[in-house]
Amino acid sequence: MSIVGTRVVRIEDQKLITKGGTYVEDVREEALTGAVHAMFVRSPIAHARITSIDTAEALAAPGVVAVYTAADLDLGPRQAGPVVEPWLASDVVRYVGEPVALVLTEHRYQLADAAELIDIDYDPLDAVASIDAALSDETLVFPDMGSNVVQVNGMPEFPADTFDGCEVVVTQTIVNQRVAPAPLEVRGAACAWGEDDRLTVWLSTQNAQIGRTLLAAGLGVGEEKVRVITPDVGGGFGAKIGSDPEPVVLGWAAQRAGRPIRWTETRSENLTSMTHGRAQQNTVTVGGRRDGTVEVFRLDVVQDAGAYPRTLFLPTLTELMASGVYHFPKIETRSRGVVTTTTPIAAYRGAGRPEATAAIERAMDLFATEIGMDPAEVRKANFIRPEEFPYKTKSGANYDTGEYAQALDKVLDAAGYAGLRAEQRRRREAGEPVVLGLGIASYVEITGGDSGGESGRVDINPDGTVTAYTGSSPHGQGLDTSLTMLLSDQLGIPMERISIRHGDTDEVPKAIGTFGSRSLQLGGSAVRQAADKVIANAREIAADMLEAAPEDLELNVDEGAWQVRGAPASGSVDWVQLAARAEQGVLSADVWFGEGSPTFPFGAHLAVVDVDTETGKVVVRRVIAADDAGPVINPLAFRGQRHGGLGQGVAQALLEVMAYDPDGNPTTATLADYSFITATELPDFELVDSATPTTRNLLGVKGIGEAATIGSTPAVHNAVVDALAHLGVRHLDMPTTPQRVWEALSAKGEAK
Amino acid sequence: MKVSIEVNGKAVTEEVEDRTLLVHYLRENAGLTGTNIGCDTTSCGACTVLLDGESVKSCTVLAAQADGHRVMTVEGLAGEDGELHPVQRAFREQHGLQCGFCTPGMMMASVSLLAHNPKPTREEVREGLEGNLCRCTGYHNIVSAVIDASGQEVDR
Ligand code: FES
Ligand code: FES
Repeated sequence: MSIVGTRVVRIEDQKLITKGGTYVEDVREEALTGAVHAMFVRSPIAHARITSIDTAEALAAPGVVAVYTAADLDLGPRQAGPVVEPWLASDVVRYVGEPVALVLTEHRYQLADAAELIDIDYDPLDAVASIDAALSDETLVFPDMGSNVVQVNGMPEFPADTFDGCEVVVTQTIVNQRVAPAPLEVRGAACAWGEDDRLTVWLSTQNAQIGRTLLAAGLGVGEEKVRVITPDVGGGFGAKIGSDPEPVVLGWAAQRAGRPIRWTETRSENLTSMTHGRAQQNTVTVGGRRDGTVEVFRLDVVQDAGAYPRTLFLPTLTELMASGVYHFPKIETRSRGVVTTTTPIAAYRGAGRPEATAAIERAMDLFATEIGMDPAEVRKANFIRPEEFPYKTKSGANYDTGEYAQALDKVLDAAGYAGLRAEQRRRREAGEPVVLGLGIASYVEITGGDSGGESGRVDINPDGTVTAYTGSSPHGQGLDTSLTMLLSDQLGIPMERISIRHGDTDEVPKAIGTFGSRSLQLGGSAVRQAADKVIANAREIAADMLEAAPEDLELNVDEGAWQVRGAPASGSVDWVQLAARAEQGVLSADVWFGEGSPTFPFGAHLAVVDVDTETGKVVVRRVIAADDAGPVINPLAFRGQRHGGLGQGVAQALLEVMAYDPDGNPTTATLADYSFITATELPDFELVDSATPTTRNLLGVKGIGEAATIGSTPAVHNAVVDALAHLGVRHLDMPTTPQRVWEALSAKGEAK
Repeated sequence: MKVSIEVNGKAVTEEVEDRTLLVHYLRENAGLTGTNIGCDTTSCGACTVLLDGESVKSCTVLAAQADGHRVMTVEGLAGEDGELHPVQRAFREQHGLQCGFCTPGMMMASVSLLAHNPKPTREEVREGLEGNLCRCTGYHNIVSAVIDASGQEVDR
């Protein structure tokens, strides 16, 4: 009986629940014996010229092994888009949290003491702490660039006559606020140079192999000189994809100091120095007819790239996914990336797509309000229809499959939408101080969109156990269990006899890793393909052993044995016997699944909120979600990924923001200030299941890691605005905190 | 100074600096790395352990304050024979963990919650775990796990 598609409890959990995982800080390898502790000394000022650094006093402090600054470093330049980002700042600092020096001490508690003794003089420059400040070009973050706009995509100028002839035109600027990925395990690394002049780094990363490539390039050594091992990783959410300077500086320092090094940042450092996400300001304009048809959609993106534009693909992805689930005849997009004196921006769960969806889904609601139509009806009037797939959007995305109307209908049904609208009317008419809001978001997501493939290897060992190697690098997704299920079904070998290995560049030299919800569709397909090859190979060997034609053989997956089709009595051979016959006693196949065509999961979310007009407080009562990512391997993990995505998506709509004052000082730099969502602010999630396969990989699956984040943020955002619509509120920026809601009501004279 | 703590039923005596935090004592002196550190402001709960049966955030307690007391960490939850504690079993059964980093603290907080309120409602579980942050699960399954561990039916 097939286990794929059934709820299987995770094999990952046993260790995690009994001993806790082995995260970087828990690694107790011999190579790390005598390791010193490291701490980066970071800029406390957003923008300043460094006039002097004096390390003498620190060097004399107890336990201090070394203090390094840019003057000591002999690393090559490090490019961040069009600018050079220093490994350690030497002349100018450009964000609070930028590393300036590195301290090494014998004991952990000596680090902060020593760091305080480093005397750095800063001569402050004007901060550029917002997108508007950046666009004004009054202060330049990089004077040599001549402008803070470092990237322009799409139409440089929009034509003046685009919306001529539209019956209705609505426009709105929508802030997609900066948020902190804040994995619960902060960044960390431990590294040691071996006697073979080779560096081993235990790194909390989403992709050991890219980590190795970046380390080798940064250190100016060959890739064979670096081994990266990914132990358990306590969450990544895109921010541990890895373009950080710290690991390279640590690798360099371990060589210079001749000591192994352990580094774990503090949470406050994490909130200011790990890349942030989102940070877009999007102006949307929708033109259409009063019957609900949208004719033109325009999206103008400004991406705050932070101080160093390490990743410029976010606005590009936002443009690509601009039109969402709709069949818009005309789309115009443009994006600009600007630098500011703030923490660099990079991927965060969804990376570019949540921003696109938030913009279009707010715009659809604004359009619906303008023409007086129900937002669900407006969406239905514009959906791409199932028979139109594959569908190429005007912004260049090539959608595989979709059932957009069905997803929305399922959610509306499950929620009892008509009843909720009736409740809303009733409560409004009764003048209740707590008002009801309903928010819809229909979304399409792109997964595995990097077009790279993934590696997979399957070994049948002499004892008939299986070891599979994947280039994916899970950190909570439950991929080990999913791959084990797939292999068990395919090979007829029980799950307990299968083990999955990943995250060590010596074991898996070639890989891309885990991001963009690519693991199952690419990593899973690679393992599937490797197992297919093993099976093909086994068929030949078994045919030889059973003296039968290969095509007459079948693998009896219930027995885990090969036999002649229709004549089981004529004998069988099992995997142990096969492995014994194979070269070196291991039946093995190593593949690169290279068909990296992206897939396009989709769904619809409905949020039901209560908003207290007296306090501005928003309570999320219900979230009903359909997230369709094709066939489901393990419903347990699938639903878990959706829960997590929903939680983070709701958090962005309601609470989370990484905020700066006008001088560029972060005002949310600890977990006491940053509104990390807790259990009390979230409801139980109501999940509606549906599964529309793709033809673009061997498993028919699409990615699910980011999907629910994409749908939930605009659903909740729309719900809050919807709750206040009858009081004259047309739009509110996220996060819809009590203060912001209350201010919007006050402005309308409606605060109670 | 010398600090003696009974950790998971075993006496641990170590010479440490006065300012040593309980969490570092557990991780480095007692060699139990299951207890994690997620913040520096007593906000995340990753470091939650039981001190004389009550949950505490071990990043905010000095080892010296635990001198002569009993501490239980995640490593002490399962029985001698490896039999899982009901809370451990339920976290696994309900998929109450993903990356697992919050999990030791989350489970210790749950044990304490159930000791005070053996049959909590889902709302009460949410309130009881407010001091423990999880970035991965959206909390839904964590709540289910605590309900399950309490012997009540999980209906979501
Ligand atoms: S580490 Fe103790 S509460 Fe966060
Ligand atoms: S499971 Fe990752 S933080 Fe809770």
